[in-house]
Amino acid sequence: MIRITGGKVYDPANGVNGVVQDVCICDGKIVSEVDGGRTIDATGLVVFPGGVDVHTHVAGAALNFARAMIPEDHRRHQEFVRTLTTRGGIGGSTPTTFITGYLYAGLGYTTVNEPAVAMLAARHAHEELRDTPIVDKSTCVLMANNEILLDLIDQEEFERARHVVAWNVWAAKAYGVKAVNPGGVAAWKWGKDAEGLHEPIPGFGTVTPAKIITALAGIVDSLGLPHPMHLHCNNLGAPGNYTTTLETMRLLEGHRAHIAHMQYHAYGGSDWYSMRSESVRLAEYFNAHPNLTADAGVVLFGTTVTITADGPWQHLLYKLTGRKWGNIDVENETGCGIVPYTYKEQNLVNAVQWATGLELLLLIDDPWRISLTTDHPNGAAFWRYPEIIQLLMDAEYRREQLKGLPAKVLKRIILPELDREYTLYEIAIITSAGPARTLGMPHKGHLGVGADADVAIFNDWQDVRRMFSYPRYVIKAGEVVIEEGEVRRVVEGKGIISRPTYDEKIDDFIRPLFERYYTMSFDNYPVEIERIDHPDVRPCEGPAA
Amino acid sequence: MSKTIFTLKERPTVPLETEVFSPDVIAPLGHDEVRALPVFLGKRQYRMEDFFEIEGAGSDELEVRGDAGRVKWIGRGMTRGRITIQGNAGMHLGAHMKGGAIEVTGDASDWVGAEMTGGLIHIAGNAGGQIGAAYRGSMAGMKGGTILVEGSAGMEIGMRMRRGVIAVRGAVRDFAGLQMKGGTIVLMGGAEIRTGAWMVRGTIVCLKPVRLLPTFTYACAYNPVFLRLYAKSLQGMGFVIPCEAHAGAYQRYTGDTSVPGKGEILIWRPHAS
Repeated sequence: MIRITGGKVYDPANGVNGVVQDVCICDGKIVSEVDGGRTIDATGLVVFPGGVDVHTHVAGAALNFARAMIPEDHRRHQEFVRTLTTRGGIGGSTPTTFITGYLYAGLGYTTVNEPAVAMLAARHAHEELRDTPIVDKSTCVLMANNEILLDLIDQEEFERARHVVAWNVWAAKAYGVKAVNPGGVAAWKWGKDAEGLHEPIPGFGTVTPAKIITALAGIVDSLGLPHPMHLHCNNLGAPGNYTTTLETMRLLEGHRAHIAHMQYHAYGGSDWYSMRSESVRLAEYFNAHPNLTADAGVVLFGTTVTITADGPWQHLLYKLTGRKWGNIDVENETGCGIVPYTYKEQNLVNAVQWATGLELLLLIDDPWRISLTTDHPNGAAFWRYPEIIQLLMDAEYRREQLKGLPAKVLKRIILPELDREYTLYEIAIITSAGPARTLGMPHKGHLGVGADADVAIFNDWQDVRRMFSYPRYVIKAGEVVIEEGEVRRVVEGKGIISRPTYDEKIDDFIRPLFERYYTMSFDNYPVEIERIDHPDVRPCEGPAA
Repeated sequence: MSKTIFTLKERPTVPLETEVFSPDVIAPLGHDEVRALPVFLGKRQYRMEDFFEIEGAGSDELEVRGDAGRVKWIGRGMTRGRITIQGNAGMHLGAHMKGGAIEVTGDASDWVGAEMTGGLIHIAGNAGGQIGAAYRGSMAGMKGGTILVEGSAGMEIGMRMRRGVIAVRGAVRDFAGLQMKGGTIVLMGGAEIRTGAWMVRGTIVCLKPVRLLPTFTYACAYNPVFLRLYAKSLQGMGFVIPCEAHAGAYQRYTGDTSVPGKGEILIWRPHAS
């Protein structure tokens, strides 16, 4: 039992804005009152619900491939030496599993969503997540280039497609459904990309990206998955791609959807020389359509590694950089590309990207619908979030930073005109309450009675970057894990998964396709529930199969 | 100025890692502090005095005596001073070095001056492979400084180097200047195969005929002016490069066109006398 007393509480889900009140914890949950136990004197401190990251690549085959590809990054960054409570490992842009858990907890984050798990690599992803301590973990399974599903959409067998998707979610022990460059990765296997949203995908009959997007969004809705379709739109990173993004959002009218790392989809211009930010147009549409949520995917200057299932884009990026390139073909399901990358302040394209991410965060009115992310590690490593918080909360500091950019960039962005400054209340929304709501996790991201007792306590400092870099206390499921800047106790997080209902007979449809087209046998494919440590199976509100 | 002398008690059975072996670390320390410096044998931490007899307090002049062929990381990241090794040196000698000088009277092992940015390393004996190279995964190897080897050297010397000079009096093995991005390699004793493979920029000077990859194309025969400057500078260190037009000319080959690269291999051909 813990009582946190005297702290200024920011709990947006319950409308608490900087009120000094007690937070009581018993048996891992927030309760209204405790008698006895430990008292944490938080006088003069700020109390937040534990952070929730809606989109962060922290586990899986692609990330591990990236780790292997960048030994130079490991040498450059901090090494973590084993202590009595923590294991050793490496930091940097792709921290090792245990260190990922410690670093997230060290920022006051207690829940993370790994948004891109290929079904074939799901077992591996869960093994890694099991070794990622402290935080609770959920995953999204990649579906928008799955050939079995694409064939069904092609044949307009939507009912069967629904069962296949549900089967995949449960087989991957996933929480949600991810769509990456719908159709584009399938086209990449023919050396192509999806040309337009209404152009057929090579290798299929009539299926187009638009059909995949609407079909999949509809399926996710009808299955009642807590988290809407998690969509990485087509044409990521390309100048002029905002039209694709707008068109995609229009297709999604009447559906729920989450637009991942919107920054990478908000560019105007026709080539790298004329590229500019179109955050205004996207924000305008987005603000008027409450069926959508998004995460920012902010870019920060520095060296990182880009990882995505978007194989064709990564090939292009490799051609642009001339650096290393990794490409994985995940059989009938998806692809993957890995390219180490350095975002440079003096590079016009990078400067536009940097500004675009911040613009979206400042232009989207409703903080509940836009989450703070860097698409870790693509835009920057997650442990740099406090830098973004500083940029959001201090318009003056933002202007200082703008001075470091090439003068030419100012005509292509509108960041200099934006005066909005985030409040602590809004920061609590975009780092915790909002993403928890987006993920459909009612037990996360707030401090009301019955919520998971995930709490971060910060110093009330003017220097918000420092404030959010070093929480005074972090409590996970009622255990004090971080105290005075040290990992004091390592607990194991839960694996949050969904159990959508489907017709068990769908096995009979999938099995023969497997035996024919896959290298793995059907019976070895699904991840057993025993593989998930501390599973937390969330209900779906979908119709019974 | 006084010297700090380290005499190796016996050659360790497994490599000893001595990342503290740099004047930057040792100079400000007293005798007892030097003796207590941490070194690693496998995963175990020991004190410097467990392996070395130490004379004198810390100084900018370090001398190592004995067969240090299994002592790794001597001179790592040093920025000043001088280290003299009376005998052999282990792997990663002068890696990440920024300034100062290292002198080895015996042989050195692999990764001499890897990713160094300045300073001078002189090896009287033979050296191993990956001299002045980039560590695995890094974009660039040495970015400055000079490495001189009187004997032979191993594979991949100057791999991904960006600037600086490597001169080897003896023969070198395969892949000299692999993926080189700049800088100069002088091969006085010839090389084995695949010299300059994937080189993008930079110069490899060969004083003996060398087997070229098919992706190098002949450009011209000439006596480049810049080479006189190198000759003058290296002459002071005992490495004599011919550059007089009356004595001969350099055959210039450009490549590696498979990358495609703009590097050059200059092969000295004396005039028939």
